[in-house]
Amino acid sequence: MADTLVRKSSSSPSLLFRYGPEITGLASLVVAALLFELLVRVGVINRYVIPPPSDVILAFERVVTEEDILGRSGATAFEMIVAAVAAVLVGVPVGALLHRSPLWRRAMEDWVGALAAAPIVLAFPLFLVLFGRSPKTIIVMAFFHGLAPIILKTIEGLSGTRKVLINVGRSLNMTSSQMFWKILFPSALPVIFTGIRLSWTFVLITVVGVEYLINLGGLGQLINELAERYDLPGTYAAIFFVILVSVFFFILLERVELWLRPAR
Amino acid sequence: MEDIRLQPAMVVDDVVKRFGRGDEIVTAVDHVSFNVAQGEFVSVIGPSGCGKSTLFNIIGGLLGDYEGSVMIGDERISAPHPAVGMVFQEESTFPWRNVIDNVAFPLELQGVAKSERMDRAHHFIDMVGLASFEKNFPSQLSGGMRQRVSIARTLVSQPKILLMDEPFAALDEQTRLLLGDKITQIQQELNQTTLLITHNLTEAVQLSDRIVVMTYRPGKVKRIVDINLKRPRTSDVVGSDAFGHYVAEIWNDLREEASRGMADSESAASRRGAHG
Ligand SMILES: Nc1ncnc2c1ncn2[C@@H]1O[C@H](COP(=O)(O)OP(=O)(O)OP(=O)(O)O)[C@@H](O)[C@H]1O
Ligand SMILES: [Mg+2]
Repeated sequence: MADTLVRKSSSSPSLLFRYGPEITGLASLVVAALLFELLVRVGVINRYVIPPPSDVILAFERVVTEEDILGRSGATAFEMIVAAVAAVLVGVPVGALLHRSPLWRRAMEDWVGALAAAPIVLAFPLFLVLFGRSPKTIIVMAFFHGLAPIILKTIEGLSGTRKVLINVGRSLNMTSSQMFWKILFPSALPVIFTGIRLSWTFVLITVVGVEYLINLGGLGQLINELAERYDLPGTYAAIFFVILVSVFFFILLERVELWLRPAR
Repeated sequence: MEDIRLQPAMVVDDVVKRFGRGDEIVTAVDHVSFNVAQGEFVSVIGPSGCGKSTLFNIIGGLLGDYEGSVMIGDERISAPHPAVGMVFQEESTFPWRNVIDNVAFPLELQGVAKSERMDRAHHFIDMVGLASFEKNFPSQLSGGMRQRVSIARTLVSQPKILLMDEPFAALDEQTRLLLGDKITQIQQELNQTTLLITHNLTEAVQLSDRIVVMTYRPGKVKRIVDINLKRPRTSDVVGSDAFGHYVAEIWNDLREEASRGMADSESAASRRGAHG
């Protein structure tokens, strides 16, 4: 009785409570937009540096109808997916192998670390020569940029497995493949996912960045073109779509993670 | 020898284990010998740091590099023996599995069919009093509840020889007594050979047929005490005079060792204090 009473009386504040973070986030976005609108209109900010948000909103229709933004978003998303998934499919096994062999691990870890830190995007001329001016170049570059964090975090996660859990496995006479799949890998999974999240961020940046640099394909190229035409509201509208695609990406990843490890 | 029961299930003979090298050598286990008969319940009791877990790991086959011998049947132990089940001192549940999947884990490895392993897991979860938490994950349980999950996970495969390293340390006194009853009951039913590592006196006397009292560093056997309390035995026994007598007797041995241990750690602390 008391329980239902409490629930009933608090139904509307609990809605605010449940969506509190989202509502607060949206509200601050709206406030920021209004603030910029005001600052631009008053003339504090030059409208050729930051266009008024209302112009950006108006630019959406033009960008969608004239610039084939859906097709371009699709092209960008496709390059991202291929590069990101390939980085996981290669990075996790490579990390697992390096974890198993202390010699290779010590030999390779610094190189992989260097790969993680290297500004791969700047090596685009080399990749252009190797793969031509095609989506292949973009995918390969993004893949390499996304690879290192997954390898490093896979090694870190596997070696971070608690000793006592390994001892449980040993006391049960588990084979080394059972040990890997039933203890080491699930124990490392949260850390591996941290690596994947990092990797996917690198992949997103590289794909859009290289598209922009070599003026090819999806949203990056569109941003390049619109900027060159000094169509700032359109540029910002296109950037908004980049954000949209990334959000879609990370929601996807979150779903996979939730499915793989329901325990939180 | 001293014990005239059937053949010993486990013989620990002159076991020595040292860690480190050069000036830094620590003798964790020093010429320890005792045996455990088929179906017998033996406890090893001693102050913190006296080498109990080290001995536990040697007997469990997790620490293959030691001197002397631990025999199970006619096999010298240097790797885990399939007849042995272990409960660890540290928290050892799998955080990615819920309670029932944790407990069913050994059966899963043995390839037991799903419905049967769920039934058997359920039985032991019920026994440790966690029936309404089967679908919970370890992160949603208290420390003591998690320890009970690990106990159930080891019991589920009904090992002939059960090794436990301070399995009840995270439990309150009441739960400890009741769970002790359950363990005794299973142990008697299955005629399980059991070695319990503990630093809890009442727990040792409540459960054991014999108690091996260890010295503080280096860990040697100080004395082996026979506990002649009737079986079947329940936690009611803790109220009896005989029980009190045993506790007092063993405490007498233990007090000396424990205070040596305390003095040791106090002087270490003051040495650290002087440096810092
Ligand atoms: N892997 C190791 N390397 C070096 N020294 C060790 C190692 N394991 C244990 N020791 C040392 O051996 C001694 C005994 O440790 P052990 O863990 O067996 O004690 P314990 O009796 O189980 O203590 P507690 O009751 O606190 O669990 C300690 O002095 C410890 O420092
Ligand atoms: Mg210990």
